[in-house]
Amino acid sequence: MSARTATLKIWRGSDRNAGRFDSYEVPFEEGQSVLDGLRWLRVNKDPSLALRFSCINANACKECMIGLDGETVYACTARLEPREMTLTPLPNKKLIRDLVTEIAPPSERFKP
Amino acid sequence: MIPAPVSIETDVLVIGSGAAGLYAAIAAARAGARVFIADRSLIGRGGATVMAQMTVAAALGEEVPDAPRHHYDDTVAAGRGLCDEPLAQLLCDDAPECIRELDSWGVGWARRDGHIAATTAPGHDRPRCVYVDFINTGPAVSKTLRTQVARKDLIHKAGDLCIVDLVVADGECTGAVGYHVGSGAPVVIAAKAVVLATGGLTRLYRRNSASANMGGDGYALALRAGCALIDMEFVQFFPIGHLAPRLVGMDPIMWDPFRYKLGGRLLNGRMEEFTSRYGSDEDGKYVLARDLATYAIVKEVEAGRGSPHGGAYLSFQHCSAASLRAAFGPVIDRLAANNIDLTAMPVEVAPIAHYHMGGVKADATMATQLPGLYVAGEVVGGTSGANRLSGNALTEAFVFGRRAGNSAAERVKRTAPPKPGPQQARAALDLVRADAAGDGANTAAMVARLQAIMADDVGPFRTGAKLERALAGIAALAAALGEQPPGGGLGFDLQRLEWFDLRNMLVVARAVAQSALQRCESRGAHQREDFPHLLPHWRRHQTVRLRDGELNVSGAPAAALAI
Repeated sequence: MSARTATLKIWRGSDRNAGRFDSYEVPFEEGQSVLDGLRWLRVNKDPSLALRFSCINANACKECMIGLDGETVYACTARLEPREMTLTPLPNKKLIRDLVTEIAPPSERFKP
Repeated sequence: MIPAPVSIETDVLVIGSGAAGLYAAIAAARAGARVFIADRSLIGRGGATVMAQMTVAAALGEEVPDAPRHHYDDTVAAGRGLCDEPLAQLLCDDAPECIRELDSWGVGWARRDGHIAATTAPGHDRPRCVYVDFINTGPAVSKTLRTQVARKDLIHKAGDLCIVDLVVADGECTGAVGYHVGSGAPVVIAAKAVVLATGGLTRLYRRNSASANMGGDGYALALRAGCALIDMEFVQFFPIGHLAPRLVGMDPIMWDPFRYKLGGRLLNGRMEEFTSRYGSDEDGKYVLARDLATYAIVKEVEAGRGSPHGGAYLSFQHCSAASLRAAFGPVIDRLAANNIDLTAMPVEVAPIAHYHMGGVKADATMATQLPGLYVAGEVVGGTSGANRLSGNALTEAFVFGRRAGNSAAERVKRTAPPKPGPQQARAALDLVRADAAGDGANTAAMVARLQAIMADDVGPFRTGAKLERALAGIAALAAALGEQPPGGGLGFDLQRLEWFDLRNMLVVARAVAQSALQRCESRGAHQREDFPHLLPHWRRHQTVRLRDGELNVSGAPAAALAI
């Protein structure tokens, strides 16, 4: 029996009008988070993917907010599933690159 | 294309925005200094503080009589003869004042009968550890300090700002060089004083309990600026980190507060109590010190009596559903969402990298050996000796943060405006301006490789052969990393960020492994299977310095060097 996989269809780019979707298969294990899949992907397939996370698992830092099939989720608590999952940057925040958006309050941002 | 460098000028630069950095900023601003906080993650979100679900030790004496000297005695006993006594004294003396100040800021310490409630954590002789329900201490602390910071006009702050090196001019620290992760813009910060509050090094290990950004940045920055590190061999492993079943949305050290409140039984793979074999009988209570519990679990697994995923079982099956609900309220629902019912099943736990006792050498004003450079929180080395007492990590973030902020503000009053020092900043500026074409190395895989090396060969149980193998692996990674970062002006280029992370992580990993190799005894968190006994002549600190790219570890007793 071949191991089950999840397909992550991920929005890539730094211009909302000129992006693309890249699809990747990642190993699926029961109970894993979407962030587990994204971290596996960076180590094993494509380190150039940009994503924002800090606490990995605790849902304490609240940095890993992304769109999953059109809904806003935390990647660390959304479950990975053995199907195609579409991941996008948050629609209402300034895009930085790939899945990363500007989510800090204005007073806590770097201002050149 | 790399954007043009941005210059910032301030009185006090605080690097890091966990509890130590935020408290330092508040203290410095209260004393009239202008402050700039830089964090490589978002302000108050990365780091260890926000993850701390547990307790804070302070001799408040509200529920039972207590005094800082009793807290000090327990701290020094846990440190196995190696605590830096002035730092431990400061920690215990100032802790109650910081706890009450946070209380006045509305942090919401749990209360019982009108008093701030305290629990007894392992190693404490009485109830001394305060907390915020339900397992919400760290987030509550972080939010409270961020609110205080936001009320101070003298404090400016920037997240996504990665500091790459400190600037040293005429023997004094005059600022730092970094870059803005979001845009790639180089940043030069001139300051009259700098406070390092970047936390520990748990990211060096595969399984760890802290955030992804805790790669020992402060240790590396201080080393390269010429400061000494001490006690780098002492990495604390938290014995009962969550192992299985897969649990999302919870901190892996969450079982600690469960044990404070409910006891719980630690069992081997055969569902037998086993800690008595290693010199401590738990009897359903939570009394076993961290280094002893880690030892007991690892040895049980080695003897073939581990749980299925290679740890131990932790069972709360003796607790009723009602008592679990009373103690942890909504957390029980979060466990249910992960298909975990504690009345019906044990969970599996195993040691997990948690905290670093070593760090930058500092005096009780938080000054380092480099004038103008101060340290706070987990960056400070020596306070906890060979083993930190439960509950002292947030305490040291508060106490040392506040002291460092005060000391930095004092220096500001007697220091002329900093010179920009372009010559001294040149090397670091060249690094953050480097514009490399091509894909670059797989830095994410290199981080994973380093974590595997450290977990397998520089974990809680060490041998000379394993440590030599680790040092060879670290050297190979350093050679593969090269001298120039990949990428250019791309926004949020994680490969470039990881290159700078690895530059720090690799030198810090070397400092840990070399110090561990040289300490030919077992003490607290440093256990050598080839030198299994604590040796009186090793009751001394080792010091690490960086000279011409080489790390020198000094301090070994003459008797050991003669071997």
